[in-house]
Amino acid sequence: MLLELERRPQHSSAMVLLSPLIAVGLTLLTAAALLAIIGVDPARGLAVYFVEPLSTSWSLQELALKASPLVLIAIGLSVCFIANTWNIGAEGQFIAGAILGGGFALSYHTTGAWWVLPIMLLLGALGGMVYALIPAILRVYFGANEILTSLMLVYVAQFGLDYLVRGPWRDPHGYNFPQTVNFEAAATMPLLFPGGRLHLGVVITLAVVVVALVFLGKTLLGFEIRVVGMAPRAGRFAGFNDRRDILLAFAVSGALAGLAGIIEVAGPIGQLLPSISPGYGFAAIIVAFLGRLNPLGILLAGLILALSYLGGEAAQISLRVPLDLTNVLQGVLLFYVLACDTFIVYRIRLLRWRRRVASGVP
Amino acid sequence: MADASAAPAGDSGRPVLQARGIVKRFGDLVANNGIDLAIGEGEIHALLGENGAGKSTLVKVLYGALQPDAGEILWQGESVAITSPTAARALGIGMVFQHFSLFEALTVAENVALGLPTRKPLREIAAEIGAISAAFGLPLDPTRLVHDLSVGERQRIEIVRCLLQDPKLIIMDEPTSVLTPQEADMLFGTLERLAGEGRAILYITHRLEEVRRLCRHATVLRQGRVVAAVAPRDETAASLARLMVGSDVRAVHHVRGTAGKAILEIRDLSLSADRLMGVPLRDISLAVCAGEVVAIAGVAGNGQSELFAALSGERASPADAIRIDGLPVGGWGITARRRLGAAFVPEERLGHSAVPRLSLSDNVILTRHGIGGVSRLGFVLHQRARRQAAEICTAFDVRKSGQDPEAASLSGGNLQKFAVGREILIKPRLLVVNQPTWGVDVGAAVMIRQAMVDLAMLGAAVLVISQDLDEILEIADRICVISHGRLSEAYPAQTLSLERIGLLMGGAHPERAVEEADAA
Repeated sequence: MLLELERRPQHSSAMVLLSPLIAVGLTLLTAAALLAIIGVDPARGLAVYFVEPLSTSWSLQELALKASPLVLIAIGLSVCFIANTWNIGAEGQFIAGAILGGGFALSYHTTGAWWVLPIMLLLGALGGMVYALIPAILRVYFGANEILTSLMLVYVAQFGLDYLVRGPWRDPHGYNFPQTVNFEAAATMPLLFPGGRLHLGVVITLAVVVVALVFLGKTLLGFEIRVVGMAPRAGRFAGFNDRRDILLAFAVSGALAGLAGIIEVAGPIGQLLPSISPGYGFAAIIVAFLGRLNPLGILLAGLILALSYLGGEAAQISLRVPLDLTNVLQGVLLFYVLACDTFIVYRIRLLRWRRRVASGVP
Repeated sequence: MADASAAPAGDSGRPVLQARGIVKRFGDLVANNGIDLAIGEGEIHALLGENGAGKSTLVKVLYGALQPDAGEILWQGESVAITSPTAARALGIGMVFQHFSLFEALTVAENVALGLPTRKPLREIAAEIGAISAAFGLPLDPTRLVHDLSVGERQRIEIVRCLLQDPKLIIMDEPTSVLTPQEADMLFGTLERLAGEGRAILYITHRLEEVRRLCRHATVLRQGRVVAAVAPRDETAASLARLMVGSDVRAVHHVRGTAGKAILEIRDLSLSADRLMGVPLRDISLAVCAGEVVAIAGVAGNGQSELFAALSGERASPADAIRIDGLPVGGWGITARRRLGAAFVPEERLGHSAVPRLSLSDNVILTRHGIGGVSRLGFVLHQRARRQAAEICTAFDVRKSGQDPEAASLSGGNLQKFAVGREILIKPRLLVVNQPTWGVDVGAAVMIRQAMVDLAMLGAAVLVISQDLDEILEIADRICVISHGRLSEAYPAQTLSLERIGLLMGGAHPERAVEEADAA
């Protein structure tokens, strides 16, 4: 008996949808196994991880807050991935947006003017965009591998932020803690309802999901990016400009990551700190693939990943499970999604050694 | 139909290989459905059939690359299981593939060494190559780089590589599809010499004249079954074609009109090679007028794809080098040229003229987004694209599964009908096609040729770049030949014989070649 991967005549639409579900299922099994290994009752562990965070209004709001930046970044990344370019540096673009928007906030938040927040958001998007264009330009004009350059720029951004909050932007009355002053109300995201946690950022994310649906599904530019990503030669035959499309894809994805960054510091955090992201920029890569590079899918996938963050925190507290387990599970999830995606184009066939089968000659 | 199991094992000698009731399924598709075949010693046996008839599947089974689902293979009278190509070679079955697997940057001897199962000093290999090429009329210099060799010479490397294993059966997959007529003649001489030594040859082709000339036995496949085992010399090309297709093959109907004013003018177009091993274009000049079909003949890799890229606008050239309707468009992009009424069909279907994983309607948008009705204000009109795709499929008889399937799911012939139909239905004033019927079945080929001729008769200028000389002679009003990036003068089709074109394709200087051909 042999297993053979056989190309399907037409790709399986069912597998496109089933693949992430199977991957989530396999990840849960793996989580149970890992919990058992470190001596935690798997049933209880899974409940703490994936069920309890859904049980209270407070944690549901927290879920939306955590999912919001993931979805925002992942939508931008999906544009890059559809164009077959690999922006791995969303974490850096997230920080770049936070730095540019946050820097503006530090200068003007005390004015109390209505225009502070809109300009912060614009600058945040601009910062991320410019930061993403660095690897894009290096790729288009110098042939540098964008995976490496975008990834390495993450560390540059992280150390840049670290320097700023320990140096020039440090709160003079902050007892030498590496942090800036807290933003005034003019520079923070307005809450959607008093006493809650949800803020305007969640609405922005939902709006971006709708715009992305239209852009990717209905516009010629969206079509162009898809074609250039799938078959660059056919794209040139169609008259599409693949260099421009790569720059555009990076610009969009950098802008959305930067926007997520400034929303994060103007929202839940409310100031600049040496570390402002629990790895959103990397987790968003998983969100993009788990969500099939489709805006609605990404919305769902963002909620799932957010759940793993919340569950991870809860498990750390109540079960004394190391936070690393969360990172491991996120990586395992991406691994399973990519593995399951093989079956979109291929199927498994069982081969038996059947030789010399006598058959009637017609 | 002829009882296939009674196919004569050949008056040539005792059977080397017999296949009995070979069945191979791919999912629901039965690619081989009870195929019987017998090849005798010293026999050149033709395997005929349209694309998709099951020829390649059968060959892969015989060469061990695929395992049959049912059936039996007898090698010199004994039942054997051919589990891999290595096993096939060990038995004495060699194969020369249609597409060569050679490293261009290595020498002939080095390439041969890489294919050998055991290590051997290069000197010995070079000596063996010399011996074999002398014995079988395969002139080949072991020390030359493959990059510098013609296609015919490259094929000789593959044949020598195969002969080094001393095979008793040689399988040749469409060996002449890339050769000039003269090179093909040399190959036939070699094959006859090999057969004279008692080696059996299984010769796969869809060129019927060759089969009549070379082979004494032919097995004809259609839809995975043997439909006839015949002696080609008792048949005509038309009767063989009928067996392959299952119905009469129409001839292309062509009324030669008078050519109008020049639509496409190429003047002293020179372009450097844009990639390693590419071919630079040198001083190409040509005019294609309204109402005529001009064909560019030539062996693959002599600058055809570079010329196509320059004409389509995928590669920019000096503004004056290319004119459409008198406008200097050399620097324009492909969409701007399409807006002038030009249309293009490249050689490669998957990945160039169509995106494999997109639906047919999305593939309509690919070439029509700049000119007609499938987009508005930056938005794609999917509904209209679907309607246009359906129109193309109806008009060009594109067989497909489902309403709007992925391009990759279509067979080569049907996808080519779609790619040609997509351009012809917009009624272009200029159509440039590279290898219009490459790897396409006979029925589809006739339809595509007729459509191009009809378009010219309606007053469009049609430029066809093709390796298929029969096709060129069938449809062209004027013919020129491309060789090493240079284009010959365009001659009226009536004045050119196959031999003369062949000489031009071989790179002979145009004027001298013509004189020589005249003298001959």
